[in-house]
Amino acid sequence: METMRNLKDSPQAASNAPILEMRGISKSFGAVKALSDVSFSVAPGEIHALVGENGAGKSTLMKVLSGVYPHGSYGGSIVYDGEERRFRDINDSEALGIIIIHQELALIPLMSIAENIFLGNAPARFGVIDRSAVHTRAKALLAKVGLSEAPDTLVTNIGVGKQQLVEIAKALSKEVRLLILDEPTASLNEQDSAALLALLKEFRTQGITSILISHKLNEIKDVADKITVLRDGRTVATLDCHAGEVEEDDIIRKMVDRDLESRYPKRTPDIGDVILKVTDWSAYHPQHSDRQMVKNVAFELRKGEIVGIAGLMGAGRTEFAMSLFGKSYGRNISGSVEINGKPVDVSTVDRAIAAGLAYVTEDRKHLGLLLAEDVRKNVSLANLPGVAERGLIDDMRELSVANDYRARMRIRSHNVYQETGKLSGGNQQKVVLSKWLFTDPHVLILDEPTRGIDVGAKYEIYSIINELAASGKGVVFISSEMPELIGMCDRIVVMHEGAFVGEVAGEQATQENIMRAIMRHKRRPE
Amino acid sequence: MSEQTTAAPAPGRAAGFIKDNLREYGMLLSLLAIVIFFQVVTGGTLLRPLNLTNLVLQNSYIVIMALGMLLVIITGHIDLSVGSVAGFVGALAAVMIVRWQLPFVPAAIACLIIGGLIGAAQGYWVAYFKIPSFIVTLAGMLVFKGLMIAVLGGASVGPFPPTFQKLSSGFIPEALTQTGGLYLTSLILGLVVAAIIVYSNFTSRARHLKHGVETEPQSLFIAKNVLAFAIIGYLAYLIASHRGMPNVLIIMAALIAFYAFVTNRTIVGRQVYAVGGNEKAAKLSGIKTERLTFFTFVNMGVLAALAGLIFAARLNTATPKAGLGFELDVIAACFIGGASAYGGVGRVGGAVIGAFIMGVMNNGMSIVGIGIDYQQVIKGLVLLGAVCIDVYNQRR
Repeated sequence: METMRNLKDSPQAASNAPILEMRGISKSFGAVKALSDVSFSVAPGEIHALVGENGAGKSTLMKVLSGVYPHGSYGGSIVYDGEERRFRDINDSEALGIIIIHQELALIPLMSIAENIFLGNAPARFGVIDRSAVHTRAKALLAKVGLSEAPDTLVTNIGVGKQQLVEIAKALSKEVRLLILDEPTASLNEQDSAALLALLKEFRTQGITSILISHKLNEIKDVADKITVLRDGRTVATLDCHAGEVEEDDIIRKMVDRDLESRYPKRTPDIGDVILKVTDWSAYHPQHSDRQMVKNVAFELRKGEIVGIAGLMGAGRTEFAMSLFGKSYGRNISGSVEINGKPVDVSTVDRAIAAGLAYVTEDRKHLGLLLAEDVRKNVSLANLPGVAERGLIDDMRELSVANDYRARMRIRSHNVYQETGKLSGGNQQKVVLSKWLFTDPHVLILDEPTRGIDVGAKYEIYSIINELAASGKGVVFISSEMPELIGMCDRIVVMHEGAFVGEVAGEQATQENIMRAIMRHKRRPE
Repeated sequence: MSEQTTAAPAPGRAAGFIKDNLREYGMLLSLLAIVIFFQVVTGGTLLRPLNLTNLVLQNSYIVIMALGMLLVIITGHIDLSVGSVAGFVGALAAVMIVRWQLPFVPAAIACLIIGGLIGAAQGYWVAYFKIPSFIVTLAGMLVFKGLMIAVLGGASVGPFPPTFQKLSSGFIPEALTQTGGLYLTSLILGLVVAAIIVYSNFTSRARHLKHGVETEPQSLFIAKNVLAFAIIGYLAYLIASHRGMPNVLIIMAALIAFYAFVTNRTIVGRQVYAVGGNEKAAKLSGIKTERLTFFTFVNMGVLAALAGLIFAARLNTATPKAGLGFELDVIAACFIGGASAYGGVGRVGGAVIGAFIMGVMNNGMSIVGIGIDYQQVIKGLVLLGAVCIDVYNQRR
């Protein structure tokens, strides 16, 4: 309803035929509905912002638009430039001037700026690249985006902000008409962000339409003509920035409003003494030793407590957890850790495990599992001495341990001899959890434990987490899905740019005040 | 699902089990097929006692190096330097024993330690500096080939004293009286080993059944053990009717048993597989991945040194050409034996069978009179074919 009203209020939508109209777009991954009946309309020459939480469906919608998900794999229709389009792949959409710039830049670091700009469509004669044409055209494009670098500078030698601009120059080389930017300013500093946004405004005067995905609402308010809010794969509202003042709080409310009652198993917290105490914890980037990724963090966790860590992507949550767990991330790590009141050594992974820490990684396929090995060998991996006698593995004891966890965690597999690579995401996660439970930790750090898992399996994982807390363990719960943190945690700390910037008690936690804590910090100049 | 398998009709079970475990049985069956083929083509020469003993002697150093190479390959690496290292250590042994008149035992120990140090030097770059093992050991291959020639001064050094030659051309002493041309001690030893293998198979099966673990069907199990006992017994009989067991066969068998045990049963063995399967996950599970990789190279160096000693003893001289191309046979043995070039997969039994497949083919083709040119072509094709079949089976 809101959508209708806002659209009617907009004078532009009435006067201009939209350059892009996505009608009733639906897209499912297995049983998970990522998009349901999304409608999205962009007028020519406008900057249209797309906002929503992580997982709201923004990136999926853009992948549908650009042909990453080909026609036929989604429902609904795309009308671009007055005609219905059925893109088979990204080349089809690029041919019509729809260019998407992803959050992770797709530049090749050891090639020059010019080579990157013309990668795949260099001016050539008989297959031989015309180097002088490349050079002059690259120079012209760089001037357009406000870069004065020589075209033969290697991409690795320029900063992230300039790399972003090179990406845009690359888009311009393909004669872009609709430019899609996915969180372009997420890794940029204030100055670079401002330059980029100014560039978008200039493009608007040249008739280039832009779709901007961002979490930074203050920036969006600055440049956008319209704002579409997505939530849970649905369009919630389209706001017109020229039809009166748009309040950030209003946007946030629209982004997060949702019923949280039945998605999380009930639990009565029984909170005891301090089990983990981290003081003045710092870590630096492994390659750029001057970038402090974790900034003097102090953290306390009690027995039976579930503490969430909220934050945007790149806030330093995983970096904090991994640096704590045997210095698995970063360098020049400093700070002290106490478990049950005693200082412990967590300088290597095996010492951290011995001290009673366990870390469930956010990337279970690459960092968590031996995918080619069976459930049994994965469960015992972090505690082989627990199934061995004087260095010799007792295969029957290992088997009974694995069977035990398979039953307790309700891992759905043929038996414990099944390869973990052939299990579903939820069951893989249960195998990873089993592995860490078998080390009998005091503290479990769960990094995005429900990522890529369907709703039913999520509920099971939540129940397991509640049981762990009930058995007196301390749980640190890192997640990008705020409802999940609010539904599960006794306390939520908010992390931003490597520092803890706020804390919200579980019963008072709402997505609005968490989001506000982040945004407030964002606006404050450093 | 386990119920389904047990509920399947009895006659089909054995066949089904073989089909499911084709990879394990396939290699053994192909070795058997190759042996039978050459036994027929050579008119029975292949399995004559003299030739069988030669086959063991000719392949012992390849098998020994394949044991070390298997671990290196399981961790996801490769060692191209083993041939040069074996040749270099053989040359060192010749200098120490022939020129300097050092006794056999201290010289051999020194050689093994040097092998370990060479492995450590290469493993250090691979494990801690993350330099691709292909490059490090390619460099090592050149370095030690050069050092070997330098140590020998470009000429062969020999002959060795008889004690050293015994390492590869000696036979175990005959404790019992020799009757009817049979070396009884060797025969009995062979039968005892066969009996131990069968016995341990039975106890392990009993343990599995007690814990309700699905095992192979009884008929198949018994057939397999009868066959294993018969084959080992027959080979022991053949060897006993020539000159008895070569010393090197005892060394080789002991090493095979040791490495099979380490890879299957120990924590260290399991961790080696984990490093190759997913190094990052292994590291985040508390496994000291760098140290483990380092020690697989040290181990490889020691085994290459041992192989170098055996080879020098067999030729009775150290020549500047010793060890040339060994690395190719060793690596081929591992891959034919089912090891994966991506790491994490491979078995000791497979590598040994792979080495003997290569060995039997070498030997058989030589007897038949195929020239060295086409021998190489055929061996190359067999390697490619074996790995292709393996990859195909994995994809199914």
